This record gives sequence, C-alpha cells and structure tokens, in this order.
Amino acid sequence: MSSETSLPLLAIAAAATVTYALRLGGLLLSDRLPKTGRFKQFMDALPGTILLSLIMPAALSAGLWGWIATICTALCSLRTGNIFLSMLVGVVIVALSRNYGL
Amino acid sequence: MKTTTQIHDNVDQLKAGFIANIVVAASVAAYGSVLGIVAARKGLSWAELLMMNLSVFAGSAQFVMVDMWLPPLPVAEITMAVLVINLRYLLIGASLNPLFEGCSLRHKIFFMHLVADENWAMTMAHFQRSHITTWFLLGGGLCVQAAWSLGTITGHRLGTVIKNPEQFGLDFAFVAVFTALVFSFWRGKRDSVPWLITAVIALIAEKLLPGKWYILLGGLSGALASAVLIKNDREDAGDVQ
Repeated sequence: MSSETSLPLLAIAAAATVTYALRLGGLLLSDRLPKTGRFKQFMDALPGTILLSLIMPAALSAGLWGWIATICTALCSLRTGNIFLSMLVGVVIVALSRNYGL
Repeated sequence: MKTTTQIHDNVDQLKAGFIANIVVAASVAAYGSVLGIVAARKGLSWAELLMMNLSVFAGSAQFVMVDMWLPPLPVAEITMAVLVINLRYLLIGASLNPLFEGCSLRHKIFFMHLVADENWAMTMAHFQRSHITTWFLLGGGLCVQAAWSLGTITGHRLGTVIKNPEQFGLDFAFVAVFTALVFSFWRGKRDSVPWLITAVIALIAEKLLPGKWYILLGGLSGALASAVLIKNDREDAGDVQ
C-alpha cells in the first residue's frame, strides 16, 4: 500500500534527478573537453545551432502571418540588436493579424 | 574581490537577468496554465505539480510526464522519456562553460538547477555582447521558475490564466523570443552553410522522430558542419592541437 502512494513521489524524484544530472553533467564534462582547435569551433557554434534547431519546426508551422512576423523579428534583431523590441514586433504582428481576422 | 561592490554587482546581475526574462515569462505562464489544467484532469494534486515544477523544471518533459500519468505509474518509462527529451541539457550545460569559468564546484552545483531554455538563451545572447555573470542566469531562472509555477498552479486551481492566449499572440511569443535571440549568435557569412544544415536536419528529424530528438540532431550536425567547414585560424597559425 505504501509503495502505491509513494509512486508519484518516486516518479518526480527520478525525473528531477535525471534532468539535474544532465544540466550539471554537461557543464562538468565540458571542463574535460579540449578548448582548442576544431573542438573549440564545434563548441562555439553550438549555442546558435541548438537555438535555431529548437525553433525551426514551430516557426515553419506558424502560418503566413507567423512567417511574416518571424522575418520582421529577425530583421529587427539583426538591425537593432534589441531582443525585447524584436520580440515585441513579432508578437504584435501575430496578435493584430488574428484580431483583424487576416 | 568579496567587497561590497562585488555584492552589489551580483544583485544587479540577478535583477537584470530577472527583468530580461519577464516578457518570455509571460508566455511561459500562459503555456504553464495549460499544463496545470491537464494535470488536474489526470489527478495530480497541486502539491505534486508544484514539487514537479520546483524539482524537474523543464516544460516539455513535464508535459510528457503528465501525459503518461496513469496509475500504476510507469516510473521507468517516464524516467526514460524525460531523459530523452532533456538530453539537450547536456549540450546546454556544456555551452555554459565560458560563463562558469573560474567558478567553484559548489557554485556550479547551486546555479545549474535553474537553467531552462529561455533563460539559457537570454543569458548566452547577452554574454556575447556585455559583461554577464552566472547571477544573470540565476535571475532569469528565478523569473522563469516563478512564472512557470504561477501559471501551472493557477491552471490547476482555476483553469486558464488568460482565456485566449492565441488572441494576444502569446503562443507565438516563444518563436518570437527565440528568433530574436538566435540572430545574436549569427557570426556572419561563415555561419550560413552550418545554419542551413541545422535547419534542414532539424525539420527532417522533427518529421521522422518522436519527441525532442530534432533539437539534438539539428544542433549537433550544424555545429559539426561548422567545425569541419570553417577554416581553423589556430591551425593555420601553426598551433599544434
């Protein structure tokens, strides 16, 4: 009986342990990786490519106004370097297009 | 260096990180309220959900956990699913290496828990341009965690936070934030081929494979392409390694 009631706690604890181990493990392992040459180039490129990979499917499925908004956000970000403003541009375009039934 | 200016600097960094993440946190809360509603239907108590938020703290993994939440709980399967979905944190953790340079193990242990996609991306983007410390990362983590918990628990107790988040484009906020952020990593023409490879591989993998494998595959193949294709300055300079 007691094992039945503790299953949710066990599931949460296991998921939390695995997730935290990945977070900390990545950082600690990276200390042992070479910091020069090709490997450094690989690690330097990684943040950009992970982020790009993360958004690609959602950006593609955002529909016509979503694409327009994504392009405007991208252009604004490249021009101004202002993350907040760029993001606001995209959200406002999508919100307007929906509220005006475009 | 443990002077008052250092302490002020840490507090300022914490605040700056918190503030930088507020807008994306609004969409995190809206998204969280959906998880809260689903969790309530699946019979999770609010206390269990809160514990999950505080300890697991990973959006898509928590959605899958709640989805698989049918008694008797398949603990091993749930853990495996979480492991696969969160494999990207291995890379995210590794990419934080320069930010944590010179930090003690205790500092790393304490600061790495509150690393989510949002505050990681925000921190890395700022790190390219200005003086950012791990306290900025932590401030962002606290902001995202607060919004995530507020959103999920409100959803669990009351239903949605905002009736139609789509109407305000809040569902699109994720794409907008990450699009705005991704270009701060753009290093010019030399990134074009690796990024094209990333985009294509991510889209194909997303179609063919379940879960979040596409993030890992797209990110790894693009970075690999970058390492292979971009001319290595150090090698040319005669540096052995």
